[in-house]
Amino acid sequence: MSLCLQARQLACERDGRWLFEGLDLTIRSGDIVRIEGPNGSGKTTLLKLLAGQLSDYQGELFWNGAPLRKVREHYLANLLYLGHSPGIKAGLSPLENLAWYQALSGERGNTSQRLSALEQVGLGGFEDVLVGQLSAGQQRRVALARLTLTRRPLWVLDEPFTAIDRQGVAALEAQLAAHAQSGGSVLVTTHHALDVSPAARCIQLG
Amino acid sequence: MTQGQKATSTILETPVPGGLWVAFTATLKRDVTLMFRRRGELLNPLVFFALVITLFPIGISPDRAVLALIAPGLLWVAALLAALLSLDSLFRTDYDDGSLEQMLLAPQPLAALSLAKVLAHWLLTGLPLALVAPLLGVTLALPLGSYAVLALSLLLGSASLSLIGAIGAALTVGIARGGVLLSLIILPLYIPVLIFGVGAVQAAVIGEGVAAHLAMLGALLAASLLLAPWAIAASLRISING
Amino acid sequence: MWTFIHKWGSPKWFYAISAKVQPWCWAVSLILIATGTVWGLAFTPTEVNQGQGDSFRIIYVHVPAAFLAQSVFVSMAAASLVFMVWKVKVADMAATVMAPFGAVMTFVALFSGAVWGVPTWGTWWMWDARLTSMLILLFLFLGVIALRSAFTRREGGSKAASVLAMVGVINIPIIKYSVDWWFTLHQSATFTLTSRPLMPMEMWLPLLIMVLGFYCFFIALTLMRTRSEILRREIDKRWVRDLIKEAQ
Repeated sequence: MSLCLQARQLACERDGRWLFEGLDLTIRSGDIVRIEGPNGSGKTTLLKLLAGQLSDYQGELFWNGAPLRKVREHYLANLLYLGHSPGIKAGLSPLENLAWYQALSGERGNTSQRLSALEQVGLGGFEDVLVGQLSAGQQRRVALARLTLTRRPLWVLDEPFTAIDRQGVAALEAQLAAHAQSGGSVLVTTHHALDVSPAARCIQLG
Repeated sequence: MTQGQKATSTILETPVPGGLWVAFTATLKRDVTLMFRRRGELLNPLVFFALVITLFPIGISPDRAVLALIAPGLLWVAALLAALLSLDSLFRTDYDDGSLEQMLLAPQPLAALSLAKVLAHWLLTGLPLALVAPLLGVTLALPLGSYAVLALSLLLGSASLSLIGAIGAALTVGIARGGVLLSLIILPLYIPVLIFGVGAVQAAVIGEGVAAHLAMLGALLAASLLLAPWAIAASLRISING
Repeated sequence: MWTFIHKWGSPKWFYAISAKVQPWCWAVSLILIATGTVWGLAFTPTEVNQGQGDSFRIIYVHVPAAFLAQSVFVSMAAASLVFMVWKVKVADMAATVMAPFGAVMTFVALFSGAVWGVPTWGTWWMWDARLTSMLILLFLFLGVIALRSAFTRREGGSKAASVLAMVGVINIPIIKYSVDWWFTLHQSATFTLTSRPLMPMEMWLPLLIMVLGFYCFFIALTLMRTRSEILRREIDKRWVRDLIKEAQ
């Protein structure tokens, strides 16, 4: 079964201003879609909306042909959303943060899974340090470790490259490409030139 | 986009059965851990409680007869304010660091996850306040025989206070400096709990039956348990929407 | 049902239909309030049973205001529910304008109660069960108003205020019950303002007229203020612009 997220005639108004109107969008297995647009053009809003966070919009969203509102739980079980703020608690260690995220999706998981996910994002040896003591880039990497830890076919990533160094960017790009090639989909915003294969499809806002 | 790539298939996930309990306990454990790591803040409501109680003998009279008369009300009001004080931070850090929006996107009912957070809050504020209250009762010359009822009424009542207060915390979490507003919208809703809580202690002081008061507190708690999680979840969604 | 809600939900339709209803509401409320006032103040005999004399006549303001204050909160919560469930924007506009009106009515009830307290109790304020409930109601209204205005985005404020109004309306009976219960425990040798087991016909008939008049006044005022709220929020819509052009 392949995944398919579809938006029909999506429109969103904020403070009397239309961020976007009549937006049609289909994301299928193997797609990497990049949302482009200047600051304030509604990229983050669109991602939040597609992630099912916002409710005041016009138009319709479909998940595998069914209205998103009706299959919300199933949709969320397949979605991994990383927002502007990494969603990582400063008062917990990377391991504890990941454990909570695993539990949120209903799995107990185990420490070795989490350790290897942290290894992959280059945080080996930092697993027990409180996140508050890590650098901004490292904190972002803790969030990115969720990409390997939890199997979710649809990734919605808002500026995932923020504060990541060059090697990290290359590794993340490779990860996005591999995810798409194995049948997942990626929806991403970034100011950075995205170098991935398959090439990203662009959606221009604003 | 070539046809070949579109045909690639992937296995979709389904929500894990029984995952709710895992998520609930993990959220509870996470919040308790976080609060224990800020031990100073943990003590703040208790110190505040003791301080407010100290103000009254100074402000009114050190006369034990006078204090004994007003002790039930003072203890309850001060505990209520102390519980209120800590509510503002219930969802605020999660809102600031983005984990609140992740909670909204978990494939679990938000009401249940919020309930776990409220439970953590109660365990580390309401429960200690209820346990400390009898000690402060001694300083206010609270008549003997009412100490157990004081603790019990606070135990039951503070759970309702945490649940009701969490609605206000969820409604104001998106507002910068929402603390005063939180008190403004929540305090009127606290009045029934206060009335039955103080009523229980006063009944114990004059040697009347306390069962009716405690039953009312229990009923309020049951109603809050039933309704508040949904209101909290709805309010959190509103606050995330901005 | 569905089409009915959506028709009423359309601000344009509401604006048009309310223009027709509104003058009637005003007329009826003015007639009723005028009749009730004159009857109550001039023709009703002086109270003798409880020795209140002419001061009892404040009942003709106090009781309608107190009734109305509670009804406004319930109506506001009902409008909030309609807004939240069916996303009817007009309902939210109505809820927006009801809150300040309700707060004013609650204040009127409190103030008239305090004034009445002077000849009855010899003091401006007593922690009487009714007055205390009213005071809490005033705080509930103020909370809803404050919460709505604290949000930078109007949609957020509307939804938050709606949730609070609904939470409040569930709590009102609980608060009322608990306050009554508290009051009976602490009752001293006073009587409540409105415990009148024997109220002669010529006293309560004008009261009934006043209550009805106040309700009509509430409906008329809400219609009027909702209409201006519609214009304010829909100022960018074509039908409002056409309306402005016509007016010029």
